[in-house]
Amino acid sequence: MLQHLPILLVVIPLLAAPICSLLPPGRAPWLLATGVSWLALWIAVVLFMQVQQAGVIVYAIGGWPAPWGIEYRLDAVNALVQLLVTSIMAVVLPFAALSVERELDHDRLGLFYAVVLLLFAGLMGICATGDAFNVFVFLEIASLSSYALIAMGRDRRALTAAFRYLIMGTLGATFYLIGIGLLYALTGTLNMQDLAVRLPEVAATRTAHTAVAFVVVGLSLKLALFPLHLWLPNAYTYAPSAVTAVLAATATKVMVYVLLRFVFGIVGVQFSFGVLHLNQIFLVLAVLGVISASLVAINQTNVKRMLAYSSVAQLAYMILGVAMASVTGLTATLLHLFNHALMKGALFLAMGAIAYRIGNSDVASMRGLGRRMPWTMAAFVVAGLSLIGMPLTVGFVSKWYLILGALQLGWWPVVGIILGGSLLALVYIWRIVEIAYFQPNEDGVREEAPLALLLPMWALVIANLYFGIDTRLTIGAAESAARVLMGLGP
Amino acid sequence: MNWSGLYNYWIVIALMMTGLYVMISRGNLVKKLVGISLFQTSVFFLYISMGFVADAQVPILTAGVERYSNPLPHVLILTAIVVGVATTAVGLALVVRIKEAYGSIEETDLHRMDNDF
Repeated sequence: MLQHLPILLVVIPLLAAPICSLLPPGRAPWLLATGVSWLALWIAVVLFMQVQQAGVIVYAIGGWPAPWGIEYRLDAVNALVQLLVTSIMAVVLPFAALSVERELDHDRLGLFYAVVLLLFAGLMGICATGDAFNVFVFLEIASLSSYALIAMGRDRRALTAAFRYLIMGTLGATFYLIGIGLLYALTGTLNMQDLAVRLPEVAATRTAHTAVAFVVVGLSLKLALFPLHLWLPNAYTYAPSAVTAVLAATATKVMVYVLLRFVFGIVGVQFSFGVLHLNQIFLVLAVLGVISASLVAINQTNVKRMLAYSSVAQLAYMILGVAMASVTGLTATLLHLFNHALMKGALFLAMGAIAYRIGNSDVASMRGLGRRMPWTMAAFVVAGLSLIGMPLTVGFVSKWYLILGALQLGWWPVVGIILGGSLLALVYIWRIVEIAYFQPNEDGVREEAPLALLLPMWALVIANLYFGIDTRLTIGAAESAARVLMGLGP
Repeated sequence: MNWSGLYNYWIVIALMMTGLYVMISRGNLVKKLVGISLFQTSVFFLYISMGFVADAQVPILTAGVERYSNPLPHVLILTAIVVGVATTAVGLALVVRIKEAYGSIEETDLHRMDNDF
C-alpha cells in the first residue's frame, strides 16, 4: 500500500470527482471533497517525510520502467510543492462550505466540488509526474477545471474573465506542447531524466533553441509572468471567493514549479543561462513586473483586484530569484512560493469572509470594517504585513533571502527594487487598513463572520506567523530543493 | 537543405500563423475559438509528421516487415485531440453563457458594457 502513495495522491481526487457530481446537492459533496483533501494532506506529509529520508521516490506506472513507461518521480522540490498544494486545499475546503453555499446556486454544489477535485488531481499530477508530455495532460485537466470554476462567479464578468483565461491558457499550453514536440523530435524521449541526459548532445541546434523558447513562453503565460499576466486580474476578481483563494495559492505556484523543473532539471543551468541567457530576460521582466504591477495595485477600486495585481508582483519576485541562478536565489524563489501561498491564501479567505457579510469586495465597502468584523480585519492586517515583508512574518523570510541572493551577486539596484516593491505593498495595504479602521461607518453594528470561516482563515494567518518565527522547516526544505535543482545533490 | 521535402512543416507553420492571427484579430468570440482550434490542429500535424520514417510501414506487426513508422507521436496526439475537443467544448459553453448574460459575443460590445479594458 505505502509504495503506491505517489499515484494515490492523483487517483483519489480523480475518482472522487465523478462520485461527487452524483451526490445529492447539500453538504454531502462538500464532505467528500474535504475528506479527500485531508486524506491527500496525510499522504503528502508521509511522502514528504519519505523524500527527506530517501532523497528520491520513483514510481513506475503499471510496472513499466522509464524511459518507456511514465514514471512519477518525487524529490525535494515537488514533494514540497505537493505538501503546499494539499495543505492549502485542506484549509480552503472547510472554508468553502459556507462561502460557496452563499455564492453559488444550491443545485450546482455537487458539480462545483467535482470540478474542484479535478483541479486538485490535475495539480497533483503536474507535480508528481516525471514525463514531459504527461505534464501537458495534467496541465490541461487543471486548466479546464479552473476555467469552469472561474465562470461560476456571480458577476457576469466572471464569464468574460474565464473566456479570456481559456484563450490565453490554451495558447500557453499549446506553446508548451510545441516545445515538447520539438524536443521529442530531437531526442526521441519524453522522460525528464532522459531528456536531461540527451539534450546536451543536440543543444547546439536551432530546433533546441526554438523548443526551449516555446516552452518557457508557454509556461510564463500560465504562471502570469509580466507582461503575460493579462488573464489574471479579472479571473481572480470575479471567481467565487474560495476559488480565488485556491487558484492564487496553488495554480500559479505549480506553474512556477514546472518552469523550475524545465529550466533547471531538463535544460540545465549551463544551456538555459550560459547559452540562451534566459536569466537576463527573467531579470528584466521580473523587475518590470514588481514595479508596474505594484503601482497598478495601488489605484484599484476592488480589493480582490488589488490583491490579484499584487500576486503578479509577487510572482515576479519568484522569477527574480530564478534570474539569480544561484542556490540562494532559488531558495528565495521556493521560500516565496511557499510563503506567498500562505499570505495570499489568508488574504483571499479574509476577502471571502468579507464578501460573505457585505456581498462585495469594493474598497469603498471596507469602511468601518475594523469595528464591524474585527477578527477578519485583524487577519487581513497580519497577512498584509506578511505581504509587505515585516519581520516575524513569512514575508520577511523570503524577502530576506531574495536580498541576500542579490547582495551575493552585487546587484545593488535589484536590492533597491525589492525594497521599493515592499514599500509599494505597504502603500496599497495601508490604504485598505486606513479605510477599514479610521473611516467609521454610520451603523456601527458588529457582525463578525461565522466561526467556520474564521477558523481556516486564522489557521493560515497563524501559519504566516509560525513559519516567520520558526524557519527551520521551510528554509531547510527550500534549501535542499534548491540544491537538487542546481544539481548539487540534497 | 531540402526545402520541398519539409512541406509538411511549411503547412504546419502556415496553419499555426493563420490560427494565431485569427485568434488575435477577430473580435467575435466564436471566431477566436476557431482560431485557437486551427492553432491546435497545426500542432497535431507537427506531431503526426514527426512519426514519419522513410520506407516504413504502418505500425502493425506484420511478418516480413522490418521498418515501422513511429506510432508514439500518434498516440500522444490522440490525447491532445481529446484535450482540444474539451477546450473547444468549454469555450463554446462559455460563449453561450456570455450571449445569455450580455446579449452579444463581440469583444468590443462586451468591453463597452463592462467599461473595462
